[in-house]
Amino acid sequence: MSSKLIMEKVFKYFPLRRSLVEILTFRPPRYVRAVDGVSFTVDEGEIFCLAGESGCGKTTTGRLIVRLLEFTGGRALYRPRKEILSEIPPQYIVEKEYVDLTAKLPRQVDKLLRRDVQIVFQDPYGSLNPRMRIYDILKEPLDIHGVGASEDEKREKVFKALEEVKLTPPEEFAERYPHMLSGGQRQRIGIARALILEPSLVVADEPVSMLDVSVRAEILQLMMDLKATRNLTYVFITHDLAVAAYICNRIGIMYLGTIVEKGPIDLIVNNPQHPYAKALIAAVPEPDPRNRFKIREVPIKGEIPSAANIPPGCRFHPRCPYAMDICKKEPPPEIEIEKGHTVSCWLYAKR
Amino acid sequence: MSSALLNVNDLRIYYYTLTGVVRGVDGVSFQLQDGEVLGIAGESGCGKSTLGYGLLGLIPPPGRIAGGSVVLDGIDITKLKPAELRKVRWAKVSMVFQGAMNALNPVYTVGHQLAEPLVIHKGMSVKEALEVAGEMLKRVGLGPEVLGRYPHELSGGMKQRVMIAMALLLKPRLVIADEPTTALDVVIQAQIMNLFKEIKQRERNAMIFITHDLSLIAEVADKTAIMYAGKMVELGPSDNVFNNPAHPYTQGLLRSIPRLRGKEKITWIPGVPPDLRAPPPGCRFHPRCPYAMDVCRSEEPPTVEVEKGHTVSCWLYAKR
Repeated sequence: MSSKLIMEKVFKYFPLRRSLVEILTFRPPRYVRAVDGVSFTVDEGEIFCLAGESGCGKTTTGRLIVRLLEFTGGRALYRPRKEILSEIPPQYIVEKEYVDLTAKLPRQVDKLLRRDVQIVFQDPYGSLNPRMRIYDILKEPLDIHGVGASEDEKREKVFKALEEVKLTPPEEFAERYPHMLSGGQRQRIGIARALILEPSLVVADEPVSMLDVSVRAEILQLMMDLKATRNLTYVFITHDLAVAAYICNRIGIMYLGTIVEKGPIDLIVNNPQHPYAKALIAAVPEPDPRNRFKIREVPIKGEIPSAANIPPGCRFHPRCPYAMDICKKEPPPEIEIEKGHTVSCWLYAKR
Repeated sequence: MSSALLNVNDLRIYYYTLTGVVRGVDGVSFQLQDGEVLGIAGESGCGKSTLGYGLLGLIPPPGRIAGGSVVLDGIDITKLKPAELRKVRWAKVSMVFQGAMNALNPVYTVGHQLAEPLVIHKGMSVKEALEVAGEMLKRVGLGPEVLGRYPHELSGGMKQRVMIAMALLLKPRLVIADEPTTALDVVIQAQIMNLFKEIKQRERNAMIFITHDLSLIAEVADKTAIMYAGKMVELGPSDNVFNNPAHPYTQGLLRSIPRLRGKEKITWIPGVPPDLRAPPPGCRFHPRCPYAMDVCRSEEPPTVEVEKGHTVSCWLYAKR
């Protein structure tokens, strides 16, 4: 198997605050089911994209992978790179070369995994400490993980990281503070910070959504170049299907905590099956002025419901133009439409 | 053309900050005919929102109109006193604000907020006003029950529909929409864009659509204007601007948009937009322009008509 990451029915529930009445009457606690039985695999060296509207659980899934959040349930097997794997005590290794991210791991293993799985955040304005120089921002991970024997070696690593994200001359950028940089430059710092520990898996959470179009392409290209030179695997989280189509190999379309359709990007863009995926793709605007004469067909109604109150059966059924009786009662099975392209919808189930 | 609904001439809007004068809009001229939809695109900080606010006389301090004129339906907005401006605003020109989430007052019902301009401008009774407001809600795809709701009871898409209803209430000749779908999800965005298309067909008012997303402009606009660093660098019929862009900046922008289908490589424009306190001399785009010549660095480019109705401010097209 060459899978880098295997997510098997993972869950993340956030408990809701209970009122005094609820506690006194012994009502069961309620949860926001942010991630509710998500399964997918990410192959070594690929860009896997999680896409969907806000509130669909894509960011929560990303944060689970980097373990900024703890899993509520399921199994998430991650294969670290060799040097890291050799340092992990054997009792935490499953299936020869995987670590289960949902298991309780000691600090030492935790720290090793954090070196190997890194994240690039969405907001380049909010994710850099405004009171730290770029040099200190980039050096901090090295200090924490004890990488680099001497200060000189660390300095060299920081400068190299800056050069890699094309912020040259590095001596000059290292001395600056975040407010002295543009949005695109800040996002490069975000990328440099994620890569300085030489991870093998990077979760990129909407890395270009806050940037202007003219710099967006540059950051995407930079990410692809770095992936090629460093043999990285990306989990790329985005709401923008055009960006997904440009950068990724495979995609999973999420709706209210589940993946409704997944497969190779070309198959999904050109032949979406799930009614939600169809609407999402039909809704993407394109820079063609002929579009102004036609009304876009987005037949779905209403807006995404709260994850604290998920509809029974297929969770998309209240908005689905094709909803049948069974959709209201039972969650749909996952069906393979063509090789590697699966959809969770009753429309395609043979009964 | 004297018959134009809106005639903006050499408009300058400057922000007088402690660290210097920011030239947000610096010499913009254009015209808009009745019923026409103009899309204004540009990156953040290019002055497109400032221009929109300027057309309503709503520039936040320390900004001020430093020169030029905005003649709407024969009235120069820049010369009006605040009280006179209040009469024009909303009745002749209205706005759909950026971020509908925060543009509604959370402590009043939707009905109250929709009725207010009708009561003030038209002298209607509250009952009449609510009736008209309910009618308007129907036209933007909402039921009359929304009148009794508070903004927090509505979803983002519904709030945006309320904002659009509010902008259309007094049947203004011109509606300005400033990033009306930015905070919305793509499915809702498509529905709101469909609504704009329907409104354009039905109400036949002129519209200025301001956004950073060229794809959205292609969805509604008859004419497209591209702004860069406070200047309008290109203006023309949408078909021409999208299919035959003249300005190197427009060309760069269009090449940087990833497409859903089609695998052509996207490119980017190197560098960053200039500081508007001290814009570069000559053409403001020259430090980022792949075709920059000597003259671009020293002299401001003239506005040249490359096709009928399609103008560009660039030395490449100037005959010397």
